[in-house]
Amino acid sequence: MKIHEYQAKELFRKYKVPTPQGGVAEDVANVEQIATELGLPVAVKAQIHAGGRGKGGGVRLARTPEEVTAAAGDILGMTLVTKQTGPSGQLVRKVLIEKGVSIKKELYLSIIPDRETASIAIVTSQDGGMDIEEVAASTPERIIKVSINPLIGIQGYHLREVMFGLELEKDLMKPFGQILRSLYNLFVDYDCSMVEINPLIITEDNEIIALDAKMDIDSNAVYRHPDVKEMHDPFEDDPTEAEAAKFNLNYIKLDGNVGNMVNGAGLAMATMDIIKQAGANPANFLDVGGGASAEMVENGFRIILSDENVKGILINIFGGILRCDVLAQGVVQAAQKVELNVPVVVRMEGTNVEEGRRILAESGLNLINATNLADAANKVAEIVA
Amino acid sequence: MSIFIDSTTRVLVQGITGKEGQFHTRQCIEYGTNVVAGVTPGKGGQMMDDVPVFNTVAEGRRATGANASMIFVPPPFAADAILEAADAGMELIVCITEGVPVMDMLKVKNYLAQTNSRLIGPNCPGIITPGQCKIGIMPGAIHTAGGPVGVVSRSGTLTYEVVHQLTEVGLGQTTCVGIGGDPVNGTGFIDCLEEFNKDQETTAVVMVGEIGGSAEEDASAWIKANMNKPVVGFIAGLTAPPGRRMGHAGAIVSGGKGTAEAKIAAMEESGIYVCKDLGHLGRLCKEAFS
Repeated sequence: MKIHEYQAKELFRKYKVPTPQGGVAEDVANVEQIATELGLPVAVKAQIHAGGRGKGGGVRLARTPEEVTAAAGDILGMTLVTKQTGPSGQLVRKVLIEKGVSIKKELYLSIIPDRETASIAIVTSQDGGMDIEEVAASTPERIIKVSINPLIGIQGYHLREVMFGLELEKDLMKPFGQILRSLYNLFVDYDCSMVEINPLIITEDNEIIALDAKMDIDSNAVYRHPDVKEMHDPFEDDPTEAEAAKFNLNYIKLDGNVGNMVNGAGLAMATMDIIKQAGANPANFLDVGGGASAEMVENGFRIILSDENVKGILINIFGGILRCDVLAQGVVQAAQKVELNVPVVVRMEGTNVEEGRRILAESGLNLINATNLADAANKVAEIVA
Repeated sequence: MSIFIDSTTRVLVQGITGKEGQFHTRQCIEYGTNVVAGVTPGKGGQMMDDVPVFNTVAEGRRATGANASMIFVPPPFAADAILEAADAGMELIVCITEGVPVMDMLKVKNYLAQTNSRLIGPNCPGIITPGQCKIGIMPGAIHTAGGPVGVVSRSGTLTYEVVHQLTEVGLGQTTCVGIGGDPVNGTGFIDCLEEFNKDQETTAVVMVGEIGGSAEEDASAWIKANMNKPVVGFIAGLTAPPGRRMGHAGAIVSGGKGTAEAKIAAMEESGIYVCKDLGHLGRLCKEAFS
């Protein structure tokens, strides 16, 4: 679960990680007031989850009251398009106003779980303020990675590896070490899947400040962090995906026109792939889960059909413990309740498949039976062609 | 022959009296699995059908000689359950639970490295040696006993699809392992490949991967260096958009890493027969393994 920059900075301050002085506002008058209190210049920063805000015009430096008003007016209410938002962009409802700081040096710092080594990795570089993926690709030697065993936690030598690697001035080592330790503790305490600061700056006065802050918290662990749960911003959710989540359906909207409903995430991905191979494009990822019920199938239909691009639907169910005849009944019931205005290809395999196919065939519904996966993909591709 | 489990495996079920635990324990027993004990704290002394229930894993193991555990407890308690099983000396721990926090698994995995316990999962369908022992939620009936194919996969229903196709073309299975779809899990591809390589009855392997992480790339390199049996590989997620988690917590392309293309390239480079059309995986195996 992602949180906003201003929320991540609240948590930073709780852990004594320095951030610029600032405040959050939702209207221009409030922005002006906060800017006056802080003193000029200030930075006005759009609060959306996606990265790349600066390049998209969502971050402005304002040196005069007029510039503050103009920046607030431009950014609040704009639909910000960045490489991470997709072409439709994200509406900006809040801005963070921060006191300007004098930058001597920009560093990059992130903490992430390293899945391959089951450790917690600190990734850092002297080339802060830039796209870190580009740094990693062009000058990998400029990136320092230190892995920490979570049972042992962060030790002095980890700090030294980071700080000597960054060629920090001697005077900065003590405060930097404290900040790094705090960030590690924050990462662990809050079940983070990412903490990223780009840039982490050193000011002309030799202060270390987190100028930016990105935090992503493991959705499976949000239950034990009620304060983070409250930070959830429903405006950042795709409305259809949020609706699907209410029914325990895992739905991701894509831009094709073949809707599909599958039980199991791996099989759902493979089904999307085979639709593409047949020459069509999947309109979504939808996993109804290993234990799909008639009700879930019905909700699945509704969600898929809410996408106007959908011209055909492929249902691919591997009946295991959940028998095909029960599923077929579910499909028939759901199809009767939901107005099905596009052709539906059904591919069913597994336990009691003959009975399941018979139920579908005798339902009188416009369901197209497929004998196997390849057949199903070809049939649905033909329909939407 | 088989890997990790066979007809002598004695299974204990943690969370045996819960809805899922009860249902799947019955399915396993019906398949022929030797379920000797169950654990639900506070329900010690009761019976679940013919299976005695204990308060702790240690007690259940002492009383019944169970050497493998199957875990069905909710995610907040899964790490605790795995650690309890390991400390009780279980040789094999199969955790079915989906949704275990990554931080819990980071600690569990590092702890288990210091013990003799093997963990399969979490977020997995389990493991089956057809005709002998099923520890998990996979449908037993689609499998064919006697080998010669070993199956290892990160997915659930996708594995069933693969096994079904193998059975359809007349290829039985030695053991099928679902290693789970989480970013941090216990047993990995290479652990299974090593065992399949040693197992006399296994003459070929099907490996099913998906986007996210680099486990498939690492396994491909291992296969190139060590494997003396043919391997058919499949990767799901060619059409998955980057930055999105595709159902499984571990199935995400981030920062340009973990793409299906990179995994397929690594597999091809290592001499693995890559299946590009899931609809014909069984047929490809028949050709590749003959």
